[in-house]
Amino acid sequence: MSKIIKGKAFVVGNDIDTDQIIPAEHLVYSLDDPEERRFYGRFALSGVPEDKSGLPEGGLPFTDPDKFESDYKIIIGGKNFGCGSSREHAPFALQVAGAEAVVATGYARIFFRNAVDGGFIIPYESHDDLIEHISTGDEVEIDGELNIIKNLTTGKSYPLKKLGDVVDIVDAGGIFKYAAKHGML
Amino acid sequence: MSMTLTEKILAKASGRTHVNAGETVWVDVDVLMTHDVCGPPTIGIFKREFGEDARVWDKDKVVIIPDHYIFTNDKYANRNVDILRAFAADQDLPHYYDVGSERYKGVCHVAMPEEGFTRPGEVLFGTDSHTCTAGAFGQFATGIGNTDAGFIMGTGKLWVKVPETMKFIFEGEIPPHIMAKDLILRIIGDIGVDGGTYRAMEFAGDGVMNMDMEGRMTLTNMVIEGGGKNGVVEPDEVTFDYVRKRTNKEFTPLYNDPDAKYHSVRTYKSSELEPMVAKPHSPDNKATVGEVKNTPLTRAYIGSCTGGKLSDFEAAARVIKGHEVGVETYVVPATTKIREDLKTTWYDGETLWDIFQNAGAHMGEASCAACLGGPSDTFGRLQGEEVCISTTNRNFPGRMGSKKAQVYLASPYTVAASAITGNITDPREYLPVEETV
Ligand code: SF4
Repeated sequence: MSKIIKGKAFVVGNDIDTDQIIPAEHLVYSLDDPEERRFYGRFALSGVPEDKSGLPEGGLPFTDPDKFESDYKIIIGGKNFGCGSSREHAPFALQVAGAEAVVATGYARIFFRNAVDGGFIIPYESHDDLIEHISTGDEVEIDGELNIIKNLTTGKSYPLKKLGDVVDIVDAGGIFKYAAKHGML
Repeated sequence: MSMTLTEKILAKASGRTHVNAGETVWVDVDVLMTHDVCGPPTIGIFKREFGEDARVWDKDKVVIIPDHYIFTNDKYANRNVDILRAFAADQDLPHYYDVGSERYKGVCHVAMPEEGFTRPGEVLFGTDSHTCTAGAFGQFATGIGNTDAGFIMGTGKLWVKVPETMKFIFEGEIPPHIMAKDLILRIIGDIGVDGGTYRAMEFAGDGVMNMDMEGRMTLTNMVIEGGGKNGVVEPDEVTFDYVRKRTNKEFTPLYNDPDAKYHSVRTYKSSELEPMVAKPHSPDNKATVGEVKNTPLTRAYIGSCTGGKLSDFEAAARVIKGHEVGVETYVVPATTKIREDLKTTWYDGETLWDIFQNAGAHMGEASCAACLGGPSDTFGRLQGEEVCISTTNRNFPGRMGSKKAQVYLASPYTVAASAITGNITDPREYLPVEETV
């Protein structure tokens, strides 16, 4: 992955489950219809309890209530990000909101798979608990080749784990593109 | 080289004699299951990638069970069922269970076994995280997203990373006031909601093997709440008997090799188990019922794929019989079959249905209902600051509808006893004497 992703960070806590990423009541919108799908961007991360939304202070919405896109490009989480249901609407909603990467200390398996196979958002794992080191609104940069994340606001860098087996699928842009490339379809 | 049950199934499905935990393999899929929330986007992806006129890879292997948002006026939710109906008709799918028809079932994970789709030794993927329930039958079963499901629909294949297995052994007879739900809440409390991430969780020991299929399903159902990939119980005569009554399809059961390697083995003494709850807002926030005794409640809920099976209602009815509920109590059978069974299953001179109704409970239609909140008119949905005790499997913030509500997870015994008093209550206080010796 040679990709550089740069933008503002949005920081949430541990165990952010899919109901918090996109509450079940919003799952009824079409994923294809351009008018309807925008609502996934509006309601992305809207289920996160207020005190955990936009750490360290909390109380910040990921997407402003009157907008469809978020100002934040990189989501910083703790352990077990994306636990809960298998809904692919979760990584999809983050993508529709304009986010490009999540950096967490660990993921729930299905979220990780969905993010990669759907080509929605890149799920990086960090060694350090970055909740301690990055604040919501900090300008950060991910270097996918060197596997590091820099907090440009504080000037500090932190290592990321290699994507491992799935890197080819991430590079291809999802399971269909990967399979097509390898003559499986 | 020795293998675990899970490794063996994945080796067989990938056409190999041996696989190691940690390897990525492409497997042939025996059954693909989807429902009304994830089915329409899966179908959308399938058509986008394989073409408007593409046919599914094997129509006998695709099962579509609408169950989530059924009894609602929400127009988007109803549109989802319309999409499934049209697709099933167009593809001529034999295993579609339409809403409003006699074939309508209710909650997919309970309907799957009822209809004979959970066969030992096979590979099942479903677009729902609780697909792992089917592991109770010695099947490899796990949840996937819509893209993966769309991929399977066209190709019949998917990549999986072979998981290591964590083994949980329950030694000795389970005490009469303890249910499978108490075992799994204890395990999740011990290992945490991510304690099983990427791994298989196997349940074993005579405490488990003496359970009927429904009890085993309660264990495997909540593997995902421990972060696990799949849950599994070695198949035995109880399994074969259940499956053979429901399908004529041949299957080849697989078992652990005696010297298979496990990630870890934990042993519990069944006699030391206590009735458990998971406190708000996480399934691993464990406490014994004794520790939270007398916590005031405003609602009780008995239902879902994990707590709305016939045996769950039998248990609850044993406790509630002859009492009135002290808080709003909702009873939601998982499937239409169970709903019928409630009316024909007797306990102490009364049907289960009458026991609940005479106790003052609200009786619902078979579906997921308030287990996952759902549209605002969903039966039993939490709308405000309720404190609910529930036989369901998740109590994350907002899961049952309101972010302000608090949900305690517990066994049907504990939920029923608590429904009577309006406080969290030890079921031993209400279980008939002969059951508590
Ligand atoms: S009953 Fe609840 S947990 Fe089970 S499939 Fe339905 S929503 Fe999911």
